[in-house]
Amino acid sequence: MKNFEYAAPANVESATALLEKYGDAAKILAGGTDIIVQLREGLRAADVVIDIKNIPEIVDYQYSADVGLQLGAATPCYRIYGDEELAKAYPAVLDSTRIIGGWQIQSRASVGGNLCNASPAADSIPSLIAHQATCHIAGPHGRRSVAAQDFCTGPGRNTLEQGEMLVALTLPPSKPNSGSAYLRFIPRNEMDIAVVGAASWVQLDDSGESIQSGRIALAAVAPVPLYAEEASSWLSGQPATAATFVEAGELAKNIVSPISDMRGTAEYRQHLVGVLVKRTLKIAVERARTNQ
Amino acid sequence: MKAATSDEYKILGTRPIRHDGADKVTGKAKYGADVQFANLAHGKILRSPHAHARIKSIDTSAAEKVPGVFAVITANDFPDPQDKIADLGEGPVTLSHLGSNVMARGKVLYKGHAVAAVAATSTHVAEQALNLIQVDYEILEPVLWVLDAMAEDAPLLHENVFTDSMGEASEKPSNIEKHLHFEKGDIEQGFAEADIVIEREFKTASVHQGYIEPHVATADWNEDGQLRIWTSTQGSFTVRHQTAELVGIPLSRVTVYPCEIGGGFGGKIAVYLQPVAALLSRKSGRPVKLVMQRDEVFEGTGPTPGSFVRVKLGAKNDGTLTAGKAWIAFDAGAFPGGPIGPGCMCVFSCYDLPHATVDGYNVCNNKPKTQAYRAPGSTHVAYATENVLDEIAGELDLDPLDLRLKNAVKEGSRRVDGPVYPEIGCVEVLEAVKNSEHWNAPLEGPYRGRGLALGFWFNCGLKSSATANVNTDGTVTLIEGSTDIGGSRTSLAMQLAETLGLTAEEIHPQVADTDSVGYTDVTGGSRVTFATGLAVCKAGEDIQKQMRQQAAVLWDCDANEIEISGSTFSRNGNSISFQELAAKQLQLGEPIVGRATVAPDCSTNGFGAHIADVEVDPETGKTTVLRYTAIQDAGKAIHPSYVEGQMQGGAVQGIGWALNEEYFFGDAGDMKNASFLDYRMPTCLDVPMIETIIVEVPNPDHPFGVRGVGETPIVPPPAAITIAIHNATGVYMRELPASPPRLWKALQEA
Amino acid sequence: MSKKIHVTTTINGEPIEFLCEARHSLLEVLRDSLGLTGSKEGCNNGNCGACTVMLNGVPVDSCLVLGVEVEGATIETVEGIAQNGELHPIQQCFLEGAALQCGICTPGFLVAAKALLEKNPHPSEEEIRFNLAGNLCRCTGYDKIVRSVQAAASQLQETTS
Repeated sequence: MKNFEYAAPANVESATALLEKYGDAAKILAGGTDIIVQLREGLRAADVVIDIKNIPEIVDYQYSADVGLQLGAATPCYRIYGDEELAKAYPAVLDSTRIIGGWQIQSRASVGGNLCNASPAADSIPSLIAHQATCHIAGPHGRRSVAAQDFCTGPGRNTLEQGEMLVALTLPPSKPNSGSAYLRFIPRNEMDIAVVGAASWVQLDDSGESIQSGRIALAAVAPVPLYAEEASSWLSGQPATAATFVEAGELAKNIVSPISDMRGTAEYRQHLVGVLVKRTLKIAVERARTNQ
Repeated sequence: MKAATSDEYKILGTRPIRHDGADKVTGKAKYGADVQFANLAHGKILRSPHAHARIKSIDTSAAEKVPGVFAVITANDFPDPQDKIADLGEGPVTLSHLGSNVMARGKVLYKGHAVAAVAATSTHVAEQALNLIQVDYEILEPVLWVLDAMAEDAPLLHENVFTDSMGEASEKPSNIEKHLHFEKGDIEQGFAEADIVIEREFKTASVHQGYIEPHVATADWNEDGQLRIWTSTQGSFTVRHQTAELVGIPLSRVTVYPCEIGGGFGGKIAVYLQPVAALLSRKSGRPVKLVMQRDEVFEGTGPTPGSFVRVKLGAKNDGTLTAGKAWIAFDAGAFPGGPIGPGCMCVFSCYDLPHATVDGYNVCNNKPKTQAYRAPGSTHVAYATENVLDEIAGELDLDPLDLRLKNAVKEGSRRVDGPVYPEIGCVEVLEAVKNSEHWNAPLEGPYRGRGLALGFWFNCGLKSSATANVNTDGTVTLIEGSTDIGGSRTSLAMQLAETLGLTAEEIHPQVADTDSVGYTDVTGGSRVTFATGLAVCKAGEDIQKQMRQQAAVLWDCDANEIEISGSTFSRNGNSISFQELAAKQLQLGEPIVGRATVAPDCSTNGFGAHIADVEVDPETGKTTVLRYTAIQDAGKAIHPSYVEGQMQGGAVQGIGWALNEEYFFGDAGDMKNASFLDYRMPTCLDVPMIETIIVEVPNPDHPFGVRGVGETPIVPPPAAITIAIHNATGVYMRELPASPPRLWKALQEA
Repeated sequence: MSKKIHVTTTINGEPIEFLCEARHSLLEVLRDSLGLTGSKEGCNNGNCGACTVMLNGVPVDSCLVLGVEVEGATIETVEGIAQNGELHPIQQCFLEGAALQCGICTPGFLVAAKALLEKNPHPSEEEIRFNLAGNLCRCTGYDKIVRSVQAAASQLQETTS
C-alpha cells in the first residue's frame, strides 16, 4: 500500500478544510473496515487519511423518545445494538448493525461509514431509508441535509461534493404502534454480502389489524439501495395479513433491476425481493404489535 | 505383530494435553511468518492477470531502481531443468512443470501464476516495485471446464504434453495428460444380470483447502553456499528435495526448518515460495521472507480438481449390486498431475462389485495446478456413487443402510484396481450406524430429510524415522520429522509412552529439521500416527533392548534373562524401574538412544459413514444442517479427542464443499471470489455440533492396531448432504455446491 | 523513506511507544515492530479473525486498524491473557477440550471468546456461535471450540460464585 499522511482533526471545520485542500486524494477514516481494505487492494488511493474519530459529535449519539436519534456518523455498530432503547425504537437498524461483518467488524464499522461506502448491498441503508433517516453533511460552505434514500448515487458513489463529509444521521422519533425489520439473504449465516437485503417499517392502527403506513427499502437489486415507493404507499390501509405481505413483495419487485453475478442471478434476486419483503413485513408487524 | 485389546492399555485411549499446547494458547508458538532475522528483506511476487498468455517480454529495470529494492528475479534466474524427471517421494515429477509453476517460463497458465519477484526493505516497497515491472503478454484463449479442455479443438496448454494412456503416449500433444483404465469381471454380463440400472452424471466445482495460515517461506543463502529455509510445510524433506532441484544445488546444501504449520490438508506439499525466497536471498545477500496474501493463496495455490463423473450401477431386485461403470474427468489445472488415480480407485471402493470398469482422465486447464486436498479424488467420486446408490435404494424401496450393508466390502473383497482388502471395518462402521441414536431418531417436519453416505480412503504408509534419547531424569526426548498439524506430537509420544510404560508427559516430542532427523515423508495420506507411530514404537523397543543390556550389567546376567513389564525391568526377584535405570545409564555403559526407521507399504484402509439431517428453505434454496454424525473405523484411537477432531473437521470441510464452496470464474478465467468473504467456508454459525462414533477394528499391520483417520471424514459429506436434500425436497442435486441459487433453481424446475 | 509517526499506547498493561508509518496496520506494528507475533495474519482483510485483539475493551481485527490510530489506546493481545505464569481458564479449557489442531486461529478465538465471556458470562450455544462467527477455523469443525467456551463459562462461573 502506498504511504499517506495521517490527520486526526479535533473538529468538523478542520476536517472539511483538509478535505477541500486535498480533494479526491483525501479519504476519511471512520471504522476503517472498508477504506483500509480498499487502500490495501488499490481500489482507492489516498495522499492523506483523515481520522474523524477525534471529533466528539461524530463518534457519539443522542437519543430521546421525543426528538428521536442523532447518530454521529462514525459511531460503531456495537454501540447501537448494545442500547436497548435504541433497539426498541429502530429495530431494523438494530438488525442491520448486528450483521455487518462479525463482532470484530461491528466494534469499528459505523452506519455512517456503511452509507458513505455506498455499496448497493449495504446492510444498513435499507433500514435507514425505512426509518426515514436524514443525512447531515458539513462542507466548506456550511451544512446541508439530504434524505437517506437520496444519499447514494451509484455503486461506491455518493452525493458528497469536494470538501464535504457526513457528520450525522437523524432518525425521527419512533411512532406508536410501529415496528420494523431488516433481513438479508446470504448463503452462510454470517460474514457475507447480501444477495438481497430488505427493510420494512410499518405503523399499525390502534386495533393492530391494519397498516396505517409503511416503508419498504431494498439492497443489492439496483446500482443503489432503493426506496420502494409504490409498494410502500400501497400498504396504507391494507390489513396486516400474510396476503398483504405477499402482495407488497410483488409490488416491490417492479422497481428492481438486479444484475446476475456470482452471488445470484437477476431472476433469483428478483424472487428474493418478494420473499424478504414478505418476511420483513411479517416481523415488523409482530414487533409493532408487541411494541404497543 | 499382535493387536492388543483396549483395556490392556494405560496411555492409549486417554486424552492428555498436547505437548505444544501451552505455546499455542499463549501466542508463543513460532509459525512460519513469525521468524525474524537481522537484515531481513521482504519479498513479493508479481502474478499474471491473465489465465492464459504467452510472455513476450519482462522488463524489470524500473523496479530494480526503486530505493530499497535488493533483488528482482524472473524464471531466467532459475536453472533450466529441461526434461529432467525427479522422484520427490510421491512418484516422478517433471521438473520443468514444477519449476514453471513456481515461476512462469514462457507462458502463464492461470490468473495468479507467478512471473517475477522482488525483495526489498519492506513488503510495501516491494509492492511498489512490482507495479513497475513491465510484462508484455500475448493473451491466449483460456479453457476452464474440464470437458471443454478435453475437446479436440480446445486451446492447448502444453506443446510437450501427450496423453499417457496406461503407458501408451498419444501421437499429438493434448490437454488430456493421463488416461487410466481399470476393469474387473465382465461388465456386459454384470449389467445383463441387473434388474435395475441407473446412470447419472455429476459435476463438482474447484474448491480450496482453505488453511487459515497463508504460505510462507524465509530463505537464507549463506556466503558458503548453504541454504537454510524456514517454512510452513507438510514435509520438510520434500521441500528440501524440490528446492534443491529447482535452484540446482545438491540437497545436502539445503536445510529445511519446519515451523509450526497453520493447516495444510494436502495444499502445503508442493513448493511455491521456497525456491523463490532462496534465489532472492542469493541475489540480495540477505535472508528473504515471502508471505502470501489471501488472494494469492486462492489464485496461486492448489485447489482440488473440479470434476465430471458419470456413474452407472446395476442391481438385482434384492439390492445385490451386479455391476458398476465409471467415467471420471478431473482438472489437472495448469500442469500434469493430480488425484485421478485415487479417484478411479475409490469410486467403487466401498462396495463388492463383481463386474466393474473405470476410466479416468486427468486434464490440463487454465486453473492453478491442482493439489491434494484431504482424501484427494475420493470425495468427488463418492458423491456420485453414493447418490446413484441412494436412487437405487429408492427405486427398489430398500432401506439405504441395508443396501449398503448388503454390498459392503469386507476382508477378501477385491477392489476394481486390484488390491484385495485385509481386515477392514466397513461393515462394522455400517453396523455402528444401525445402532446409533441418530439413525434411529425420528426426523419430522416439512422440507427436512436425512442422508447417509459411506466413504473410503486408503491411508498410506511411506517412510518415517524417529530417534528417542533417554534422559537421566527418566524422561525421553523423542525426535521425529513429521510436521505437526493437528496434535501428532502427542499421538506419537503416547505410543512411545505406552511402549515404555511411561506417561505421555514423560515423553518430550520434538519435530526436527532435515539435518537433525532421518528422512521422513510428508504429513499427509493419514500416515503419521500410523507410520511415524510405527517408527516410534520400534524406537521404544530399541530403547528397551539397550536398557535390558544395562540391567544385565547391573545384575551381572544375560540380557535375555531380564523381563520387562510396563516400566519395570526384573530378574529373579530383583527389579529396577525405567527411571532408576535411566539415571544409571552413564555409569552402566553407553548413552541410551533408541532409533528406528520404517517403510510400510500397506494401506490402513479407513472407512467412514456420515448421517446428515437437513432442512431446506424452499423459498430461498438454503440448506441448514440440523444434525450431523460421523462414524469411522480408527483401528485404535490413540488420542480420542484428536480422532474426533479429525472427523469433525473433515465433516465440516465436506459440508462447505457440499453447500457453498466453489471457485467462481469469469469469462476470462479470472477467479471472482478470492477472499474469505466470498469463498464461503463454514463459520461456526453455519454448522451444528458434529457428533462422532469411533469404531475400532484393529489394523493388523500396527502393534496397537492404528489406522489413519484424517482424510476419510471429508469423503462422505457432499453425498450425505445431497442425499438428505433429496429426502427433504425430492430433488437430487447432481452439481456441487448445492448452493442456494442452484437448489432454488432446481426446485423451480422440479 | 517515509516519515514515521510516534505513538504512545498501552499493550497488555504496559506502556509502549513505537514508531510506524501511517500505512502500517496495528497487526504489522504488533508483529513486526514489537515482536508480538501471537496475533496471526490469515487474510489481512477482516474476514478471518486470526488477528483479533482488544482495542479499548472491544474486539477488533488488528489488520483493519492503523497503528497510528492507537495513540492513547489500551490494547490486549493473546500474549496478555495468561497472567503471572498461569493460563486463563479459557486457555486451559481450549487445551483440555482439544479446541485446536493447527493452532493458527487459536489466538483470535481466545481473545474473542474471552471478550464474549466478559460481556455475557452465560452464553447459549447459539450466542457463542454468533459471536465467534468472525473467527474462521478450518481444522476443528468448531465443535470442540464451542464446547471449550462452554466449559470455560462454567469454570469461570464456579470461581466467581
